Amino acid sequence: MVPLFSAEGLSSLVFLVIVMTTVLGAVIATHSERLIRAVTGLAICFIGVSGLYYYLNSPFVALMEMLIYVGAVCVTIVFAVMLADPKPEIEVGKGSIFTGPLSFALGILLFWGLSSLAGKTAWISTPERINDGSLEEVGKALLTNYSMVFELISLVLLLAIIGALVLARQGRSQTGGES
Amino acid sequence: MSIPAFGDNLITYLIIAALLFGIGFYGLVHRRTLIGMLIAGELILAGASLNFMAFNRFLAPDPTVGQIFTLFIMGIAAAEAAIALSIIIAVYRNFRTIDVDDIAELNG
Repeated sequence: MVPLFSAEGLSSLVFLVIVMTTVLGAVIATHSERLIRAVTGLAICFIGVSGLYYYLNSPFVALMEMLIYVGAVCVTIVFAVMLADPKPEIEVGKGSIFTGPLSFALGILLFWGLSSLAGKTAWISTPERINDGSLEEVGKALLTNYSMVFELISLVLLLAIIGALVLARQGRSQTGGES
Repeated sequence: MSIPAFGDNLITYLIIAALLFGIGFYGLVHRRTLIGMLIAGELILAGASLNFMAFNRFLAPDPTVGQIFTLFIMGIAAAEAAIALSIIIAVYRNFRTIDVDDIAELNG
């Protein structure tokens, strides 16, 4: 326990606000009727997760979370919502038993199981660290130990771009919309 | 007045990650459109990478590994979102809907 009006206490208070933002965004993302609001909730949730990364001593990953998820993935989903024009999900939760109470019970069960497992396990702390985990060390490890994975993920991204173009193109030509 | 130091505790981050995972799983089963299911899948991935970052901060001897793993999860998630959205657009052009109950040609 730390006093509230000190640096640690205020940072703990800000941490609580960030956790609330994350959970609120996740609830909006899964419960809103219109998909565009769900995407907005997803963006709010990712801003909260980015703040959590900042509290975990990695401001670079926090910045990347903000750039990639809030800036790229959410905007891409907004484009898909615009192009696919889904109707508002008034009928959310009125399907079979799987989509109603059973899915809620399964989510609660997963959350309870995982968090009780995290609380019961005796985590063994590391004796010492071999570096400080700064951005410079991340760059060194990325270009020495993990250079193969680094190259492979660029290949995966290239294939994803080409595959996305081919898939969207095929759907267009089958409807005969253009000559 | 005093307040517990929440941000300095491994269990707090693990519980938040489990909550994100549970909400994402619930949304994945509960949603009736493909885009809603994609959003819930992104929540699950966010929970997983938050778990990696928490272990990286508190337990790992080399604190760069978790950050690099999280960066790769972000790359994979971006590729997955692009592919899934182009599939969704192709499905919409063929079926004129993205409701998972209407896309049932293989149902027999």
